Amino acid sequence: MTHSDKTRANRRLVPKLFLFSIAMFGFGYLLVPLYDVICDITGFNGRTTSLAVATEGNANGVDTSRTVTVEFVSSLNSGAPWEFRPTVTRMQVHPGEFYEISYVATNLTDQDMVGQAVPSVAPSLAAVHFQKIECFCFDRQDFAPGESKDMPVMFRVDPRLADHVSVVTLSYTFFKLDPSS
Amino acid sequence: MAATTHDVHDGHGEHHHGPAKGLGRWLFTTNHKDIGTLYLLFSLLMFLIGGSMALIIRAELFQPGLQLVDPHFFNQMTTMHALIMVFGAVMPAFVGLANWMLPMMIGAPDMALPRMNNWSFWILPFAFTMLLSTLFMPGGGPASGWTLYPPLVLQTGDAFPFVILAIHLMGISSIMGAINVIATIFNMRAPGMTLMRMPLFVWTWLITAFLLIAVMPVFAGAVTMLLTDKYFATSFFNPAGGGDPVLFQHIFWFFGHPEVYIMILPAFGVVSQIIPTFARKPLFGYHSMVYATAAIAFLSFIVWGHHMFTVGMPLTAELFFMYATMLIAVPTGVKVFNWVATMWRGAMTFETPMLFSIAFVILFTIGGFSGLMLAIAPADFQYHDTYFVVAHFHYVLVPGAVFSIMAAVYYWLPKWTGHMYNERLSRIHFWLSVIGVNILFFPQHFLGLAGMPRRVPDYALQFTEWNMVSSIGAFIYGISQLLFVYIVIQTIRAGDKATDQVWEGARGLEWTVPSPAPYHTFDTPPKISATNAHG
Amino acid sequence: MLYTRCLVRFTAIFTSGLLLLWSMAAVAESGWLQLNMPRGVTSVSREVYDLHMLILWICVAIGVVVFGVMFYSMYFHRKSRGVEPAKFHESTKVEVVWTLIPLFILVGMAIPATKTLIKMEDIGDTEMTVKITGYQWRWHYEYLGKDIGFFSSMSTPREQVYNLAEKNPDYILEVDNPLVLPVDTRIRLLTTAADVIHSWWVPELGWKRDAIPGFINDNWTLIEEPGIYRGVCAELCGRDHAYMPIVLHAVSKEEFAEWVQQQQQPSTALSAAD
Repeated sequence: MTHSDKTRANRRLVPKLFLFSIAMFGFGYLLVPLYDVICDITGFNGRTTSLAVATEGNANGVDTSRTVTVEFVSSLNSGAPWEFRPTVTRMQVHPGEFYEISYVATNLTDQDMVGQAVPSVAPSLAAVHFQKIECFCFDRQDFAPGESKDMPVMFRVDPRLADHVSVVTLSYTFFKLDPSS
Repeated sequence: MAATTHDVHDGHGEHHHGPAKGLGRWLFTTNHKDIGTLYLLFSLLMFLIGGSMALIIRAELFQPGLQLVDPHFFNQMTTMHALIMVFGAVMPAFVGLANWMLPMMIGAPDMALPRMNNWSFWILPFAFTMLLSTLFMPGGGPASGWTLYPPLVLQTGDAFPFVILAIHLMGISSIMGAINVIATIFNMRAPGMTLMRMPLFVWTWLITAFLLIAVMPVFAGAVTMLLTDKYFATSFFNPAGGGDPVLFQHIFWFFGHPEVYIMILPAFGVVSQIIPTFARKPLFGYHSMVYATAAIAFLSFIVWGHHMFTVGMPLTAELFFMYATMLIAVPTGVKVFNWVATMWRGAMTFETPMLFSIAFVILFTIGGFSGLMLAIAPADFQYHDTYFVVAHFHYVLVPGAVFSIMAAVYYWLPKWTGHMYNERLSRIHFWLSVIGVNILFFPQHFLGLAGMPRRVPDYALQFTEWNMVSSIGAFIYGISQLLFVYIVIQTIRAGDKATDQVWEGARGLEWTVPSPAPYHTFDTPPKISATNAHG
Repeated sequence: MLYTRCLVRFTAIFTSGLLLLWSMAAVAESGWLQLNMPRGVTSVSREVYDLHMLILWICVAIGVVVFGVMFYSMYFHRKSRGVEPAKFHESTKVEVVWTLIPLFILVGMAIPATKTLIKMEDIGDTEMTVKITGYQWRWHYEYLGKDIGFFSSMSTPREQVYNLAEKNPDYILEVDNPLVLPVDTRIRLLTTAADVIHSWWVPELGWKRDAIPGFINDNWTLIEEPGIYRGVCAELCGRDHAYMPIVLHAVSKEEFAEWVQQQQQPSTALSAAD
């Protein structure tokens, strides 16, 4: 290879390498939606998906021969001056049937507050088989000073839930949000 | 073609007949040897700074209780020590070796992109000045560990954007350096230097460079997400906005695992040059060495999950990451066996580069064993985030990567300076290092297994004894590196005249040029045959 | 030669120093023998321990063979012994052998590891659930359905941390309110966190699990022996990461029932969500 050949070869190769590294920067960002998709399919991180409406309904029927224990827990992220707890802590359910429970959130301060409850299910593999219809109140919420809100959740456990899972936990963590954002 | 190169080369080289004078030589140099020297000196400086931080850590851990530093400062020290050693000491040292040696090993006059080479070096002093200056900012420097896990890292004070910017600069520098290496190896080889005739150091660097351009940008993406999460209300990792802090760990380790191979593959290359020289016997299994390196590089992309077994992954994911990680033992084993087979029935002598290389093989293998233990997911639930992990990765990085750099410096220093180093002092340096490093890190296995977590400034009383031993080892190892600095200075200034061949058993193009290597080498490409290519 | 003499002298000083340390240790009866993982008090922790020892010994055996060959070669194949270097530099047969043998050894390791992992991940039927929440820098325990919840903070006085007072035997491993659990009961442990990621680890149970804000993780344990077991936060969580210990009192089922009743007295019932 002569020197000018080398220069030409470099001119061809180097932009490709730069493009490749820029593409890999993009790939880093692509991992974000990719992760969400994988989580939605496998329940990888215990995040649940909310049903918009109960259209699927009882297509799979109610399995009355089986009982699953569902536990309800609540957590407050630090710096969230709320009281937040479920009205029921534990119940026995039949897979396929819809049940309703609720959480109560109370603003303990004398100021306007914005907060949001974020769900998670354990074991994480049960997350895809835990279907719920949440009240809109699980979106971002404004709380007047001292205001208390009842937050109902309708849910059912899919009969396809693996046999060895006998307890499922639904957890909500309450976060304080920045009012400006 | 040989005749044409000279004329064309005048295009970029007013200092073709020798280096410019004064500071300007170093600021504006495009010469691969000058830039290699700059990288190596920079790396040595960072090694000493990062090492001083390690000594602060070990001094605090000499006894239970808080004696010297505040826990928050301690956390800054562990974080900075890691960032500086990884990005400031080990990686630039290998880039420095690549700059010096790759063109000489493949018969090229210089790196493919000399100007970019200058930029990629001169970014580093700015990046690290900025990183170090964060220690003096309100709230102190980063204190979340080099893994920068959110949400903890988002509690960093004013230093946060500067840390991210410094990481971006280091990343850009590494990427430019890697692109230069790839272009040099692909386009600048002397006629007859086919890929499968390249010395193994060139091969391992080629694969390392591809790892770099593949994963450094991913890391840049991850820290950019942290930045926007903190200042621009995105919620990549914020559960309140639908994000997931574990996602950061996935992205980080997708970068992080190849990153650890970026720090060890060139070390494999160095040792594969040195052992044949002092065994006076060609490297055993050259082809399988190349394939094993490529296999390790490939596997490094699919094992990241083993850093995060405890986050609560589904069984299938745990099994996948466990099996894939265990598989890495196969190509790594092939390499170790090949080195031993190279030594087998050779005629060995044990000059300092060989001593460091042998220590590398043994101690890196011990680090490999603990790596295999960590791969076993059920046992990792116990080992994870303890001093056992600290012992593991320091065994592969200190007597692994750092020893290989020491070996490389002693091996090539006579070629660089034209002077022999002081063999007696360098052996004392070796023995102090190898004894110090084992006193320093071996007891950390015990500490971890007995239950001491990592990244703590204080510990329960049953860990007192071994921590004390470990700290003593740290000071032996740390202080003996000053001897290394002295040896290098002494070699540059005085030292016996080195021959061109330097080592009796050395083969390869770099030994065909005079010692010290002239400012410009291989302006006329050498003729390569099957016998004078790799060792 | 001078350097050899130097080295010999250094080694001598060094070994005598080490010996001195060792004899001091014998007198002090201290942490010198804390070398290995505890076997623990659950079937899982014992399986993990056995797995750990199995792989450790396999590694030691491989190490003895490889390093043995290496040292043999370093002794007998030295230039100073006047040997001529051999010329060989490859052998496909040998390469295949030392690729396949490690592969078989790995399969041998993977089988028991997989079995243990499956057992650990199978939560199955549990009799009670405790939710563990990590805070900077203390733990909160909530016994689901029992209306018991409390914070557990380190009780070691700061004077001991700053070396102003003599340290307790359980220095920085003691808390105000320990976690009390019954033995012989399959217990589900949920972990989450309120601020940053923590990791709940009691070595005697055989595992640790991250506590991640906004997400809930589950795990199980069945403690077989009553006793006091101590653990720590294993994930860097900020300034006082070293100072959020875990103390677990494993008691008989009867004692546990008694304890639960005590806790449920109105005066001691703490709000779970404060």
